[in-house]
Formats: sequence, C-alpha cells, structure tokens
Amino acid sequence: MTRISSTFARRRAANRAALVAFVTAGDPAPAVTPTILDALVAGGVDVIELGLPFTDPMADGPAIQLANLRALGQGTTTATILAIAAQFRQKHPDVPLVLMGYANPMVRRGPQWFAQAAAAAGIDGVICVDVPAEEDDALGEALRGSDIDVIRLATPTTDAARLPAVLAGASGFLYYVSVAGITGMQQAAQTSIADAVTRLKAATDLPVAVGFGVRTPEQAGEIARVADGVVIGSAIVDTIAKAAAAGHDPAAAVKSFVTSLAEAVHSAREEVAA
Amino acid sequence: MTLANSLRAQPDQRGHFGQFGGRYVAETLMPLILDLEREYRAAQADPAFQAELDDLLEHYVGRASPLYYAERLTEVLREGAEPGPNGERMGAKIYLKREDLNHTGAHKINNCIGQILLARRMGKTRIIAETGAGQHGVATATVAARFGLPCTIFMGARDIERQKPNVFRMKLLGAEVRPVTSGAQTLKDAMNEALRDWVANVHDTFYIIGTAAGPHPYPELVRDFQCVIGREARAQILAREGRLPDLLVACIGGGSNAIGLFHPFLDDPDVKILGVEAAGHGLDTDKHAASLAGGEPGVLHGNRTFLLQDEDGQITEAHSISAGLDYPGIGPEHAHLHDIGRVTYESATDQEALDAFQLLCRTEGIIPALEPAHALAAVTRHARAMREDQIIIVNLSGRGDKDIFTVADALGAEM
Repeated sequence: MTRISSTFARRRAANRAALVAFVTAGDPAPAVTPTILDALVAGGVDVIELGLPFTDPMADGPAIQLANLRALGQGTTTATILAIAAQFRQKHPDVPLVLMGYANPMVRRGPQWFAQAAAAAGIDGVICVDVPAEEDDALGEALRGSDIDVIRLATPTTDAARLPAVLAGASGFLYYVSVAGITGMQQAAQTSIADAVTRLKAATDLPVAVGFGVRTPEQAGEIARVADGVVIGSAIVDTIAKAAAAGHDPAAAVKSFVTSLAEAVHSAREEVAA
Repeated sequence: MTLANSLRAQPDQRGHFGQFGGRYVAETLMPLILDLEREYRAAQADPAFQAELDDLLEHYVGRASPLYYAERLTEVLREGAEPGPNGERMGAKIYLKREDLNHTGAHKINNCIGQILLARRMGKTRIIAETGAGQHGVATATVAARFGLPCTIFMGARDIERQKPNVFRMKLLGAEVRPVTSGAQTLKDAMNEALRDWVANVHDTFYIIGTAAGPHPYPELVRDFQCVIGREARAQILAREGRLPDLLVACIGGGSNAIGLFHPFLDDPDVKILGVEAAGHGLDTDKHAASLAGGEPGVLHGNRTFLLQDEDGQITEAHSISAGLDYPGIGPEHAHLHDIGRVTYESATDQEALDAFQLLCRTEGIIPALEPAHALAAVTRHARAMREDQIIIVNLSGRGDKDIFTVADALGAEM
C-alpha cells in the first residue's frame, strides 16, 4: 500500500475526510518552503501537493500565477524542489507528498529521468495538469514504472462515457475539479459537488478529493461530509503571499490557517452524526 | 504515390505529426476538443459546409488572391548576381502570393471564416481569440461581426502598445480587447489568458486559434483552412508557367501561412520548400524567436513541438521586430517537417527584414507586413543563387500598414 492510499484508508476507517493542501514550491523563496511544509504537517494536513512552478500556468488563477512567478524569480529549479522533497521525506516519513504542475518541466529531461528522480526524493504521486489520459505515454508509463501514483483529474465536463478512460492507469486518489475554470475563483454549489462525488464513486474505488474554489473552513467542512478529501490551494497560497508581504512568518500564518481547515474537515461528519 | 506514403496524410488519429502535436490540455477542455474534432469531421463530409465556405472566401474575402510576378524585384536581384558555374545567367523569377490583398489585409481571415462556421455548427454563441500583431484579432473580430457573435480578443499589453491601429480596428468591429499583463505581455501570454477564459466558459464559447498550433485538431483544421493558399498558387503557377515552382518561401511564427502554402506541394519532390523564422537581434543572442534553430522539443499550449526554453523546461521570451512572429513555439507539423527534412528552415534578423521591407516598397510599390518581410529577406539570399529560368513563390502573407510606426521607429524617422 502506498503512503497515499494508506492515508486515505486510515481516514476512512475513522470516518473522516482527508485535508489535501497545495503550496507552490519556492514561494516566497526556496529556503522558506521547508518551514511551510512543516507548518502544514503541524496544522493537521493529511496530503501535501507541492506545486512545481512554471512560466506559463495556463490552468491557474491570479494567486497561483503570481506564486509561480515569485518562485521562479527566486531561482527555484527542479533540482531545488527535489532536494526540498528529499529533506521533507527524511523528516516526515509517513506524510504523502505529491508533485503538481505542468508537463514541460516534468518531461524536459525525459519522463524516465523525472520519474526516477521523484521516486528517489520520496515523492508519492504526480498530478500533471496538461497530460490528459490520451497522452499518458508522455509521462504516466514512466511514473507507474517508478511506483509513483498517477493522479488524474475529473471535471464537470468529464461525462460517464469518458470517465473510464480517465480512470485507466490512475491511482492514489481521483481529484475532482468541481468547477469548469481556473484555480482560486468561484466555488461550485454543494449539491452539484455531492452529485458528482456519488457519480464518481460509483465508477471507481479510488478515494475522491474535491478542489478548486474552496477557501474557508465552512466550505471545506461541507465538502468533507460527502468526499474522501478536500483540496485547498489558492487560499493557502494567498495566506503565504499576504504574510510575506507584511513581513510576517509565512509558516506561522499557514499553520494557523490550516489548523482551522483541518478541524473543520476532520470533524465534519461528527456534526452530521450529532 | 499511395496515401500511406504521402507526406500530406498527417496527423495520425491521435493528432500526432511524428513525435509532435497531440492534445496536451487540461481535462476540462478535453471533452470539448473531442467534440470539435467530431464536428470538424462532419463538416468536412458536408458539401453544404464547403459550399458556404467557398462562397464566403470568394465574395467576402475576395479570393482567389493574385499570384503576382514581381518583375522589378526579380530584375534588381539579378543585377547583383554572379554568373553560374557554367556561365548561365542567375536570378530566379519571383512570384508573390498576394494574401495581403485579402479582406482585412492578411491570410488570417481564411482560417477565421472556416472556424466561425464550425462555431455556428456547434451552437456556440461567444467567440474568443488571442492575437499578437493584431492581424488574427482583426480577422476574428471581422468574422464575429459578420456572424453577429460577441467576441473577446486577448492581446498582450506590450503588443497593444506597438499595434495601436489594429487595436482600434478591433474595437470598431465591436470586439472587446482585453489587455494581458502577465509574463512578457505578448502573444504567448495572450494565449495563456485565452485558454483560462475558455476553460471557464466551455459551455458557450468557441476559441478561434489563429495559427496552426495548439491541441489537436487545431493544427490540422487551421492548416486545412489555410491550404486554399497553396491550392490556388499551384493552379496559378501551372496556368502561368506550365510547371511547378522550384522553391516556396514563407515566414514562420506559429506557421499557418507557411503550412497553407507548403502543404499542397509536400508530395512534389522537385519543389524545394523553405520556412523562415525570426532571428531578432541574431541567433547568437538571447533575443530571437527561432524555435527550430534555437529551441528544443517540449510541451506548451496543447502540443508537443520545438520551444524556446531553459534547461529546466521554463519557457523563455521570444523577440522579433514583428509582433506576429514573436512566439517561443512553432506549429507541430513544421516541427515534424523539420525532423524529416522535407522542409528547410532558415531565419532572418530584424535588420534583414527591415531591409527587405524597404526593398519591396521601392521595387514593387507594395508595403509588406514585417512578417513576410522575413520571407523576402531569405528570397534575396536565394534568388541570386538560382538560374533565371527557375521560379520562386513567396507568400506575401499580409500588408504592412499596421507596421509603419514600428518601421519608422526602427529607421529613426519622424512620422
């Protein structure tokens, strides 16, 4: 069992959803990222998505676009990020770490190189925004060969006929992008999220984590009642940007924010039961 | 030649041109581009679609565009030519395919007409597009006005600054021009922003991509709509000279005007083909837009192709005096034709393009756009090395009215 599947299984056994948190590696600077990752763990995050910055983040809204530019402006490279990951893995042997980003930095030195380097750094899964199932041989085969989970995205436009193709070769969890749009913008209606999760869970045994547009503990708690995981990205990235701009410690701000998110996600089903 | 052996049978069913092309898009867009492909196949099989397209190309765009023998340009280049190895007179005959005479002043309209007919077939009610020099934006705004559809054009803030006349044209045509302030604020960034808009408005919006790039089926369908250039040129030169040309030349940003001219000749082994990239300040500097000469394969904007990038896969900024060539990638079919060696690719610098721009103004009374001025620069190099009975066709892909401010600035002239 991989770190990702055992983490979701543990949460499921306790009738709790998992909190999945996204931050951009190297934002506000590579030296700060390890302290932010520690803060995510201390705040109760179950799975961490570490964003690989890219010059052209086509699926991201303004918050993560700017984080990408800040990270690259601070000299963040693939090597920097793999070193951060390896250091994290030594310190936190059980916390799943997922790399999320765009195809070009991942395939630059060849998919085999990337898969092996990621595995050596203790990476558990990869989400590549612009490699859909149709182009799986560009990256997915190499990742599976290195025992890294290929985490696929399903969206409101993914219909029942297409879903099996998306699920073929996927592992770890299924990331449901709850709105057709870019990161950090509007949130989907709770009823449409619940319907979608029911539909997806009928088609796969993989845990389903829901993201895009989730900004507050209240929204996260609502989703945690129906999904196996809740993904929060832009709101955390915003928290980091605001703290850094004000001269405060981003890690402290992140810890405080994700603690409130984790409480809401982990206790969501207790409230329903009560 | 069987179809299986034809160089014109690309892409394969997955949209791959050899190792290039493909469909590298976010999952949200994937069902949409599969829909587009189905609808395009249906349109190709529908005689009514082709009839409406042909009618609009003739009466609205003004096709066929002339194939014009540039006699004075030919003569001027002959004057400087050394005799050939056997003492023969050198200096090929130069023909210009006059895409600058189309409605809206460039080849871009050929593709826009085709795509807006597809948008209507698919029941889409809103049009978006990216633009660099503004030619594609103007062409898109034009067809959106003609078909009564609201239209938003994404344009880099820096390009808006250097292409003001086209920005005003788009507004006159009723389009909203949305400035893009991310990145270098040029074509690449405009395309990112158009993709962000599309993914958020998939239910009603059709994205008219302006060049033969992006996710499959765009490179194929843009090429097919632009192939009217090459089909006409082939028939025109056969009627005029009784034979095929020896050399085709076209400039390449994304490469839609070039693939439109080249594709109908790909299976004619005696026709040499030359694409010309923008070398900006020179290929030995970091200020150029030559993705084949100075780039390596990678994935951007939905396709795998040659890209200007660093060793970590970060995209680097392109530079060209011509906003229409200022893009760090190239259409995937060109990447493939480069790979297999069927088409030769060279480059021309900003200065060479400026020289060729002025040469055409003075010898032929034609003000070319800065984009095809790059192709003309390559023609001046090659014509003198060819015999005088040989024939070059160069794609004059657009007119230069939009560029006179840039040229005045580069020449240090007062307007």
